[in-house]
Amino acid sequence: MTALFTIIVLVSITIAIWQMVKIFDLASAKKEDSEIANDRDNRINGNLMLGFLVFIYAITIFCIVFYGDLPLLSNSASEHGPQIDNLMIISLVLIFIVQTLTQFLLHFFAFKYKGEKGRKALFYADNDKLEFIWTIIPVITLAGLIIYGLFTWSEIMNVEETEDTLVVELYAQQFNWKARYAGEDNVLGKANVRLIDIDKANILGLDESDPYAQDDIITTELHLPVGKQVLFKMRSQDVLHSAYMPHFRAQMNCVPGMITQFAFTPTVTTAEMRETKQMQKKVERINSIRAEKSKKLVASGEEALDSYEFDYLLLCNKICGKSHYNMQMKIIVESEEDYNAWLKEQKLFKNSLVQN
Amino acid sequence: MSAHADTHDDIGHHHKETFVTKYIFSQDHKMIAKQYLVTGTIMGVVGVMMSMLFRMQIAWPEKPNVLFETFLGKWAPDGVMDADMYLALVTIHGTIMVFFVLTAGLSGTFSNLLIPLQIGARDMASGFLNMISYWLFFVSSVIMILSLFVEAGPAAAGWTIYPPLSALPLAQGGSGMGMTLWLVSMAIFIASSLLGSLNYIVTVINLRTKGMSMTRLPLTIWAFFVTAIIGVISFPVLLSAALLLIMDRSFGTSFFLSDIFIQGEVLHYQGGSPVLFEHLFWFLGHPEVYIVLLPALGITSEIIATNSRKPIFGYRAMIASILAIAFLSTIVWGHHMFISGMNPFLGSVFTFTTLLIAIPSAVKAFNYITTLWKGNLQFNPAMLFSIGLVSTFITGGLTGIILGDSALDINVHDTYFVVAHFHLVMGISALYGMFAGIYHWYPRMFGRMLNKNLGYIHFWVTAICAYGVFFPMHFIGMAGLPRRYYTNSNFPLFDDLSNVNVVITIFAIIGGAFQIVFLWNFFYSMFYGKKAKQNPWKSNTLEWTAPVEHIHGNWPGQIPHVHRWPYDYSKPGHDEDFVPQNVPLKEGEEELHH
Repeated sequence: MTALFTIIVLVSITIAIWQMVKIFDLASAKKEDSEIANDRDNRINGNLMLGFLVFIYAITIFCIVFYGDLPLLSNSASEHGPQIDNLMIISLVLIFIVQTLTQFLLHFFAFKYKGEKGRKALFYADNDKLEFIWTIIPVITLAGLIIYGLFTWSEIMNVEETEDTLVVELYAQQFNWKARYAGEDNVLGKANVRLIDIDKANILGLDESDPYAQDDIITTELHLPVGKQVLFKMRSQDVLHSAYMPHFRAQMNCVPGMITQFAFTPTVTTAEMRETKQMQKKVERINSIRAEKSKKLVASGEEALDSYEFDYLLLCNKICGKSHYNMQMKIIVESEEDYNAWLKEQKLFKNSLVQN
Repeated sequence: MSAHADTHDDIGHHHKETFVTKYIFSQDHKMIAKQYLVTGTIMGVVGVMMSMLFRMQIAWPEKPNVLFETFLGKWAPDGVMDADMYLALVTIHGTIMVFFVLTAGLSGTFSNLLIPLQIGARDMASGFLNMISYWLFFVSSVIMILSLFVEAGPAAAGWTIYPPLSALPLAQGGSGMGMTLWLVSMAIFIASSLLGSLNYIVTVINLRTKGMSMTRLPLTIWAFFVTAIIGVISFPVLLSAALLLIMDRSFGTSFFLSDIFIQGEVLHYQGGSPVLFEHLFWFLGHPEVYIVLLPALGITSEIIATNSRKPIFGYRAMIASILAIAFLSTIVWGHHMFISGMNPFLGSVFTFTTLLIAIPSAVKAFNYITTLWKGNLQFNPAMLFSIGLVSTFITGGLTGIILGDSALDINVHDTYFVVAHFHLVMGISALYGMFAGIYHWYPRMFGRMLNKNLGYIHFWVTAICAYGVFFPMHFIGMAGLPRRYYTNSNFPLFDDLSNVNVVITIFAIIGGAFQIVFLWNFFYSMFYGKKAKQNPWKSNTLEWTAPVEHIHGNWPGQIPHVHRWPYDYSKPGHDEDFVPQNVPLKEGEEELHH
């Protein structure tokens, strides 16, 4: 029924447009037999070009004002985060300036030089000086951006491991995450998916005979001590996944058959992040949206939504199958004491195996 | 050259055509162009309708939708879309739009139509190969559409079909028969594209009429020519990737797979790497962006010059930037893989080459703008779409500075920021180029005019909706929303983005629905449009010197000779504001820098 209704609406719109065009045709002072733009068309469309420039500016301002506080730009929770954010802000400002100017020139020229019968355009085919100017300006600007970008990139990606570095494995499978801590020895035990033994609950394929593996700890929540460098070693057991931790400005693919890595130092605990003004405002906004949705749900006899409390998240950001949209793990950044206390409560690998 | 022309003269008059040789197995480039256009348009309708469906799912994820039930049948029980079907729609939408509409539909149509007509040739170098090329494209289109009706669902691993997801039916239903058909369809498509490209290259090199030197070629031809070269270099690599993937899937090899445990069993694969596939895929995948975009830019150059009644500004710089873009496009593919696990140093190299590509792109944008300056702009619908292209090319291209920068890519990779970027810079821009080409050369193709008022409505609504859809999308991307999520309701974190998604979807539905205006205009005018004059836009290029009626061999009698470059618009010393290429130089008249 709705499909039929939609079709009827679309057909009526089509007919309406057709009629409008007919009226346009009849209304034009001089009956023409061509479909070529005349002075009237040039005038109307030239003015619309100026209108479109205003529209582009309006949508830009609208998005910045209303959606501008959605982006993750200033509340990074890792040591390298501010570097990325600075570069991002510089790039965005630059883009904004170039966008504003070039769109102005494009649409203003379109408006200003709209055609008129009898006027002749300027025969202007070349100017090496101008060409040189707008080749060299992007060259200089981009050189700056490239250098800044490359320094940032190599600083983030070239991990300098110290004795203090905490090594954690992120293990991806359709459709959930596991974390593996190295335990007392701070060395991850050997592992391969061929060693997975579901009956014995060896779900990550650890080498049961490897002494380093014995004290490993497998968890479904990622706890990180604040201020300590964490080196993630990433594995996947089935398809490509991507470990995306947006608040920490961190992302790396998990690739079956190889181990990938990414390192960062968390700087803001979960509790601290919840306290920030920006986050409180965001959570408030989200909760008012959820409350409204809940009202509707309750009215239709369903359960209300839980109220939202902020947590860092690890998301899967590489298409991985049916439940890709729900592959997540909670990240909790806490003080070193809290972290140690939590770790103590977890089962060691050797104790987690089911013995037959 | 002239010998070739003479032999064709006779053929033109004595060749007898039946319905089948004229309309179906035609070897005439003009008919083949029309076949490409109509097939591409139909594929475009399918691709756009898919995007409407998944946009509705993103905006209103909880609500059952009767449209889903109508179009998706068993994949939307009670009107609730299946999550796998969502991914399939995204996948096939991408595949159809990138390859079937914006590669075959755009290049196939306009390279075929314009190369012989604008360089002054009787036809393509090989009419037979040209026909085969179209029919392979047709077969691959049919297979792609058929794959939608497979029991376990169509391919759903994203248009980039990264293994292991695309290799293992255990990982996803669509990776069974659906993916097999996808691969077969693409293999045939690539064969078609290669035959076409080789033909374009040979024709441009060998069949130019007397006087048509390379520096007198219209920029359209330069764009098509360079596009064909990139295609010949990069498409075979995708073919080998597809073949190796077929081997992994069907014959148990391990090119891309290793150490996999899925659904309770260890698979035998050992030693392959999915990263290898990514390299092979993007070795085509990135040049593909320019295979899509360059023809659109070529078309725009021609249309902006004609409708500004001015020479294109910086003709040589335009050619140089086409060549620079083409060269760079083959060495930037790694920017799709910064966080794929490849060596970070390699990432640095690709950042460098990628950001370089902004330079020729900036040159092009500035040259377009300068062409408008002090022109006498004729706002035909084709001109509007061309200016629209420059606008979206700038807006979309600028954000490339962020995505090409490996450090920044870490946090926006695979978010909606990427979706916004590439849809504006290649999707919408190339689509505008295609629309501009259709409005401009419709009289040349069908001998009739498109209704201009419908054209105006089509442009303005599309232009507003394109920005309405993709501009806000940058912001939800910067907020960290990953693409290809069936619903975001499992992440309360993103709840404040849900209203933005509704706005985007509404713009998308309006924009999509208004394409009906174009379709109506397109098919109605084919039969009832006003009759076209020979040179309605007062253009300089050779295609407008041929008679309106299509004849085999293009020109009755001799092929016109060329005496000047194609952009003598408003040249001082001439009464008219255009001087076609076949008009000899006046006494004492100087040709510009040639």
